[in-house]
Amino acid sequence: MRIFLFIAALLAAPLCAPALSPLAPSEALALQPDEILKDPALEARAREISKELRCLVCQNQSIDDSDATLARDLRILVRDRLTAGDTDTEAVDFIVERYGDFVLLRPPFKNSTLILWIGPGVIFAIGIFGVTLWHRRRRVAVAAPVAPLSADERARVDAMLAEKPDQ
Amino acid sequence: MLRPLTLIPVAVFAVLAVVFAVYLWQVGPGGKDISKIPSAMINKPAPQFDLKPIANLPARLKIPGLKTADLKGGVSLVNVWASWCPPCRIEHPVLMNLAQQGVTIYGINYKDKPEDAARFLDQLGNPFKKVGVDNTGRTAIDWGVYGYPETFVVDASGHIRYRHVGQIYPHQLESLILPLLKQAAQPVTDSSKAGSAGAGGS
Repeated sequence: MRIFLFIAALLAAPLCAPALSPLAPSEALALQPDEILKDPALEARAREISKELRCLVCQNQSIDDSDATLARDLRILVRDRLTAGDTDTEAVDFIVERYGDFVLLRPPFKNSTLILWIGPGVIFAIGIFGVTLWHRRRRVAVAAPVAPLSADERARVDAMLAEKPDQ
Repeated sequence: MLRPLTLIPVAVFAVLAVVFAVYLWQVGPGGKDISKIPSAMINKPAPQFDLKPIANLPARLKIPGLKTADLKGGVSLVNVWASWCPPCRIEHPVLMNLAQQGVTIYGINYKDKPEDAARFLDQLGNPFKKVGVDNTGRTAIDWGVYGYPETFVVDASGHIRYRHVGQIYPHQLESLILPLLKQAAQPVTDSSKAGSAGAGGS
């Protein structure tokens, strides 16, 4: 019984997590105080950009999340670009020019990524088409007129119906 | 009875299974390293930089600093290294070997203490014609470096032709690096012109 309670508690834990969020580890910043810009508007833009850029050392974290030194250097670089007057796009392009599209956590829509973006839709469409086709065929099969019984079959059915069930 | 339409899901499954199996084989026994990222800098001109030499080098080590203009005029290797980086130390004899074969190697000393860098070269030998010091890591970022060591093949026009992430293993000398150097000595192809057009920034 206790084990079930334990499992139930484990399953319920993620539901409670939002309530605990001020203490959750996601709030532990990789960003160091000395990196933060004085201008809150610029800093907010820098944070948003950093969340979209991949840390190339860890590869599954954004530079905003990562404690790697390269991530720190890139965070500072993004802030320097913004301070120098770059727009968000210019700052991101500056990094992409050096590290390629891989540095973007959200892959761009272009020829080389067509399959990635269109693929799921195409597969879904094929699936819908297949199911529709199957449905239509089945309906036709069900609606098809049934051949009448032959004289021989009619006689056998009559004989079965005439039989008196045992008491 | 099997109708052709019934076979479609089976065929789709079979194709996917083959694709996944090939990929699994590549990253497993095939030895493909998926953490290695293709460089965005291939066929672009080397970034602009002007780096100071390692400070307080002993008199017997006379190694000038490195700047972009130095890369023009001949095929060269540019090696990004640091004394604190273990693979750099393991790779060092390979660079020495290349230097002895007459290959021009330039170094970018990444976030290192000058005395450590000097000791490294003093003890293990100096394969570099010139070494620039990158204390901030900005030049490394301009090269698109994300791991150490990294080695670039730069052609005579100062364009990056190849990027090698991680140490160069001895067996890669004959199979990879020397052919690449020979290839870089050939005139640039059309794709390199397209690549250089897109390079800008400061």
